Amino acid sequence: MTVTETPAEPEKKPYRPSAVTRILGFARNTWRGLTSMRTALVLLFLLSLAALPGALLPQRALNSAKTDEYIAAHGWWGELLDRLQFFGVYSSVWFSAIYLLLMVSLVGCLAPRSVEYVRSMRAQPVLTPRNLSRMPHHHRVEVSASPEDVLAAAHTRLKGWRKVEREEANGVRSISAERGYLRETGNLVFHFGMLGLVVFFALGKLFSYEGQVIVQANGSQPFCNSGIYAYDSFHPGLRVDGTKLSPFCLKVNDFAARYTPAGQPEHYESSIEYQTGEDLNTGAWRPYHLEVNDPLRIAGDRIYLLNHGFAPKFTVTFPDGTSRTQAIQWRPVDVQTYLSEGATKFDRPGVTDSEQRRKQQLAITGLFAPTAFLHGNVLTSSFPELRNPAVAVDVLRGDLGTDSGRGQSIFEVDQSQVDKGALKKVARQNLELGQELTLDDGTKIKFDGVEQWVALQVSHDPTQGFVLGFAIAMFAGLIGSLLVKRRRLWVRVTPVTTGDDLRRTVVEVGGLARTDQAGYGEEFNRIAVEIPRAGRKD
Amino acid sequence: MPINETLSRFSDWSYTTTVAIYVLALLFFLIEQSFGVKGRNAAQRTRERAKELVGAGAPVVTESTVPPTAVTPDRVGRAERIGRMGMALTVLGVLLHLSALVLRGLATSRVPWGNMYEYVMAVTFIGVVTWLVMARRFPVRHLSGFVLLPIVILMFIGGTMLYAVAAPVQPALQSYWMVIHVSAAIIGSGVFLVPGVASVLYLMRSAHEKNPKKFARFADRIPAADILDRITYRTTVFAFPVFTFGVLCGAIWAESAWGRFWGWDPKETVAFVAWVVYAAYLHSRATAGWRGQRAAIINVIGFALTVFNLFFVNLVSVGLHSYAGVG
Ligand code: HEM
Repeated sequence: MTVTETPAEPEKKPYRPSAVTRILGFARNTWRGLTSMRTALVLLFLLSLAALPGALLPQRALNSAKTDEYIAAHGWWGELLDRLQFFGVYSSVWFSAIYLLLMVSLVGCLAPRSVEYVRSMRAQPVLTPRNLSRMPHHHRVEVSASPEDVLAAAHTRLKGWRKVEREEANGVRSISAERGYLRETGNLVFHFGMLGLVVFFALGKLFSYEGQVIVQANGSQPFCNSGIYAYDSFHPGLRVDGTKLSPFCLKVNDFAARYTPAGQPEHYESSIEYQTGEDLNTGAWRPYHLEVNDPLRIAGDRIYLLNHGFAPKFTVTFPDGTSRTQAIQWRPVDVQTYLSEGATKFDRPGVTDSEQRRKQQLAITGLFAPTAFLHGNVLTSSFPELRNPAVAVDVLRGDLGTDSGRGQSIFEVDQSQVDKGALKKVARQNLELGQELTLDDGTKIKFDGVEQWVALQVSHDPTQGFVLGFAIAMFAGLIGSLLVKRRRLWVRVTPVTTGDDLRRTVVEVGGLARTDQAGYGEEFNRIAVEIPRAGRKD
Repeated sequence: MPINETLSRFSDWSYTTTVAIYVLALLFFLIEQSFGVKGRNAAQRTRERAKELVGAGAPVVTESTVPPTAVTPDRVGRAERIGRMGMALTVLGVLLHLSALVLRGLATSRVPWGNMYEYVMAVTFIGVVTWLVMARRFPVRHLSGFVLLPIVILMFIGGTMLYAVAAPVQPALQSYWMVIHVSAAIIGSGVFLVPGVASVLYLMRSAHEKNPKKFARFADRIPAADILDRITYRTTVFAFPVFTFGVLCGAIWAESAWGRFWGWDPKETVAFVAWVVYAAYLHSRATAGWRGQRAAIINVIGFALTVFNLFFVNLVSVGLHSYAGVG
């Protein structure tokens, strides 16, 4: 525990202090107030209070759809919370303000403590108190040994303690010893570690990015980290504009999952190939076995296997004999059974006239089940593994609206085109693998295979190594700070001459634990008994 | 790896029996607490001890070994014997508790803390063990009922509302980090239960000392505030670094499983808040004017957050940590 010294009351001056003095005084007082332990406590509380809404309310950064839903459901209250940044707590002004104040307070308390630390590391143990029996631990014996022998024994016993021997009046001598300096070291390392962690955590928010992309698991479609457009979604840090992403390419060759009999996934894996650095020029690919919990770490980025899904393969044979085959990813709508939905869209080959083209586009929409299970005619899936795939499709013909310039989801058709009547349903049927259906104009659609895809996440955070380093330092410091006990011990030897002229020595040992850690008693008792005993020469 | 149904059934039986035994022990302790001379004796002893310390002008609280439960043989009353039986029952309960955990682990061939039911089972186990250790060192046996009460409640909720059949865990959980991170979280949370209860008792006792009318019926059987304070500090100082370690390992694991080491997921957030609150507790003990009651209040808040994190975050909110395994 630190002892705060109250500065001496300045002499009262008859005149008013100048403005500069007053401002300086104000600044000094603010600084002192801000860096006091009590303020730190209050700020710690405020920080924890401020962090809580983030756990209780939906957060835009984690789930924006749910956030909008929440705001809509709560009327003016939701709007108010939104305006007060309660849906983005960790980037809000008030959270940042508390965070920053705490950091200032931390720096402010660390600086003087470091100075104090250096000083106390050099200082000698304090003088032996005059009356050792007032110490919380005290032991007194009279032994038939010389003071020198007792002191020598004490020096040997107190190896590892910082100690100093002093001469007092009338041949009385004493040793002051202190131990456990590592506690203060640990405490400083802990707090500095925390400071470093917080600073680098904040820096990471500036320079990191995160992107998600779906890649077919058949090696056909390399993904290159060449820009934001390569991603399906991308979350840049504040200082990332997407122009200087770490260069690498990868392709996914396959995906495999293992399930329990109940359909619970047990294991996901995927073999991929990647190239970075020189390989990008030579064209060499290196293999990697990607698993959940085991990302690929290259070029400062990490690549994660997040999820997987299916891409039903359809071949459309037009009446003129031309055909087209496509396998576009459909998205899982049921995470347990991987029943998926999607829209596979076709242009008629050989049609160049855009007017004509827009009348004859096709979309195959509906449901895909990896293990089909039919309730009457309704398709569901009973297992997430590819055992008995089937689709239930609606085939739409007409203008998909792809030329309108508006972006389209790859999983759906543009509903407004259907509402307008530009896109009409021309067939509805369930298909098993290898089955086909025929449209009114003779076009045949065959469900002739299933491809798999994986969802990958690319993460980039140049500061996370530093954060880890500081976290480890912090933990080590914490251990030192909590386990090491700072304690003092004094030995005083007083020669006495008894009537029969024997030389005897009174040995007094006193002890004081400087931290409120219990457990000094036993150690003290051991030492206090051993020293006089070892000093005896019999 | 298939599930061994037989072992899993044995585990369930052990669990139920454990709860029953704890309830019985709880009754025994309540009897001792209500009628025991021991409680009063202990209170008396600690009061005298406190006086001695103050008399010595001790600037720092230091520990002297607590005298062995010095009850003269002819004064071992019936309540005292009932208390000892309660203790024996609790030890028996702990052994069964342990076997319920081990059997679960053997049944599923993995560490037995993959869903909330198992987690609650493990946390309460640690809580009881911690209490037994404390009760050996301090004369607080007759207070065991206050610890067993939340334990029994938690285990009851765990065994009824949260029960999940033995099953393997999903891919994201299959990592050695699961063993390290979750066991640190369990040990931390389980040990925190003891200072939480001790702080509540501390608050009752010190309210009583200020105004003897408050909690008059049993507060004078609670040992002096200073013993409770020491139990609280000792256990918190043990649990805090373990909990810190758990959070750090969680961050390392999250980096390799979810793509970021910290994402303000609800569970992460509440863990952070609880961590800050316990840090505030440690600070409050070094801050004049915050020692004693305020520190105790902070500790109670910390434990409330720990429980909140277990139940609310897993059951109500949706985050990456929602592995509760309850329908
Ligand atoms: C901002 C100004 C801060 C000051 C002035 C400060 C000061 C101190 C001091 C003097 C101690 C030693 C207490 C003792 O000897 O028992 C301590 C311990 C500790 N501090 Fe801080 N601290 C600050 C910020 C923080 C923050 C932000 C945290 C974490 C959220 C923190 C966590 C801890 C912990 C866990 C300990 C326990 C270690 C021990 O008891 O020795 N501190 N702090």
